[in-house]
Amino acid sequence: MLQQLNLEKVSKFREVGLLGFIIILVLVIQLLNPAFLTIGNLRDLLTNTAILSILALGMMLVLITRGIDLSIGATLALSGMITALTVSSVPGLNPILAILLGIVVGCFCGVMLGLLVSKIGILPIIASLGLMNVFRGLTFWTSGGEWVSAYQMPDSFKNIATSSILGINTLVFIAILTFLFFYYFVNTTITGRQIYAVGSNPDSASVSGINQTKILMLVYTMMGGLSGLAGVLWVSKYASAQGDTASGYELTVIAACILGGVSIAGGVGKVTGVLLGALLLGVLSNGLPLINVSPFWQMGIEGAIIMVAVLFNTNIREFIERNNRLRREI
Amino acid sequence: MKKKWLVHLLAVLLFGLLVACGGGEESGGDNTGSESSNENGTEETAGNGDGEQKRHAFVFKNTGNPYGEKIMEGFETAIDETGGEAILRSPDQPTVEGQIQIIEELIAQQVDSISVSANDYDGLQPVLTKAMNQGIKVLSADSAVNGDSRTVHINQADPEAIGRTLVQAVAEMMENEGQFAILSATSQASNQNLWIEWMETELESEEYADIELVEVAYGDDLRDKSVSETEALLQSYPDLKAIVAPTTVGIAAASKVITDKELQGEVLVTGLGLPSEMAEYISNGVSPWMYLWNPLDVGYLTGNAANALVEEEITGEVGETFEAGELEGEFEVTESDDGVEILLGDPFKFDPDNIDKWKDIY
Repeated sequence: MLQQLNLEKVSKFREVGLLGFIIILVLVIQLLNPAFLTIGNLRDLLTNTAILSILALGMMLVLITRGIDLSIGATLALSGMITALTVSSVPGLNPILAILLGIVVGCFCGVMLGLLVSKIGILPIIASLGLMNVFRGLTFWTSGGEWVSAYQMPDSFKNIATSSILGINTLVFIAILTFLFFYYFVNTTITGRQIYAVGSNPDSASVSGINQTKILMLVYTMMGGLSGLAGVLWVSKYASAQGDTASGYELTVIAACILGGVSIAGGVGKVTGVLLGALLLGVLSNGLPLINVSPFWQMGIEGAIIMVAVLFNTNIREFIERNNRLRREI
Repeated sequence: MKKKWLVHLLAVLLFGLLVACGGGEESGGDNTGSESSNENGTEETAGNGDGEQKRHAFVFKNTGNPYGEKIMEGFETAIDETGGEAILRSPDQPTVEGQIQIIEELIAQQVDSISVSANDYDGLQPVLTKAMNQGIKVLSADSAVNGDSRTVHINQADPEAIGRTLVQAVAEMMENEGQFAILSATSQASNQNLWIEWMETELESEEYADIELVEVAYGDDLRDKSVSETEALLQSYPDLKAIVAPTTVGIAAASKVITDKELQGEVLVTGLGLPSEMAEYISNGVSPWMYLWNPLDVGYLTGNAANALVEEEITGEVGETFEAGELEGEFEVTESDDGVEILLGDPFKFDPDNIDKWKDIY
């Protein structure tokens, strides 16, 4: 009971700390460039962060099960490319169908990874590394190395990213929906709780009758589906599909999760934390160009902030474990 | 247990299928110089090993780059016209190591010439020197290697001409007054930096006294970063009148941002871009016009130069001239900063009048 309280307090403290950090960062940027806190810029910031936050939520589930998915950048590119090729040859296609097509392609990629991880038992980092190259290759193969450019896409497709629903940009709207769904899913549904159980202690999870294979399949398929969704949104937003779209983006997504307090060791992670993590990266990539930081420093600063977050994470963890041990000895 | 075997079998079959797909890609995409696997080139040459045909190889930076595909297409056309055989190879990642491996293989196949679009200025020197020692003619095209590693370099356009042309264009668009910014690729890209240096030199002239270059931003040739940088430029400089982006991803990303913010006519975009990527934004007026050399011609000129070297029409001495098939005029070997080069000409201008013709080509 006490233990639980302690853990809860710490994780709450973590999120408040992250929020505090974001606020300080925002104030500093605002002092250096008053154009930062304007409606226009905040809208840009949220729109640019939407895709990252959608992917980060999926990655959180994967990380919670002690897994990792390095193939999402490639899945994103593949689904984006297939959708772009489809809408360029069938310009009349309903945008909602285009989104669904992307999700289906993504789910297919996710199922393949899920099979490799859950049924065959290949380490997630190896399996996803292999599939990353397979999907990248497929992207080049489907496009024949060509890009799909703005003039080849119908306006209805490009409008997915620029239109708004209820006054909110569609990308942000979809990100909010995803967030609400995940918040409900991991906190209240049985399956959602089982994901945490599998991650924090796989042995006791299987003893208590949780079907691990099913949970892993589900997690990787969801991740794939979200990457597919992100692929359509990405291509619609930038109005261009290339073979190397979002290459290396998986690391940004993982960074957002880690900043948000998700543990690579599994079992730990909160939806609100991940959202804050994605937001922090969004503020950095929007704000650093505004305050004229040299390009040589930009990456360094982002890296340093991630390192600080990870150090903080491990220290807290060690502190809790030491406390727990002490209590046991008494 | 049985079930598990079935799954294994299924996985293997699935992978087999994927590999088969990959194989199809290689044999289907011969002329695109696809994938890193070396079967492609060796097979081609095995069939023609006993012929008298000259074999000319082109090594681009990486596969799947539409710009590179067009260079190789032009190269192949030129070689076909001379009756030789073109071997097109590229590593799947833009690395020096990948290119070294391919060039080693080409040396082993004893091709007559190797043209390379290099991933590193100095890194290919050992392997290219080895090739030259074995009597293979070595050229670089588009992206140069140092003067000791090659006979000639085929330059798309003079960096000086590019820098000066871009400033003249943006000055005309801004009617010689106001602020503009540059959106580049990475801060270490040597060709970008050279163009920017020439732009700054041109700006020193009296006639541009009322024009101010406010910032050079770096979008790293990534869509998301280029968009963020463009948005930051618009936020920081509300009076900004133009953005010059001498990079294909940057110019398209900047144009997309201007289009989405409905700033057509208020902020103008120009620079160097792919016609297909820019067709939309040249048609809607965001970019009144932009430039690029014609990659087909770069490849075509390279092919002709390679043939001229092998046939000993030219030897790489300054002042020699040769004709390049359908390209107009004679091309002259000129002195460059490091070694000798052959210039294709001034950058080509793409505007609303000709963009529709070019957007389907590359």
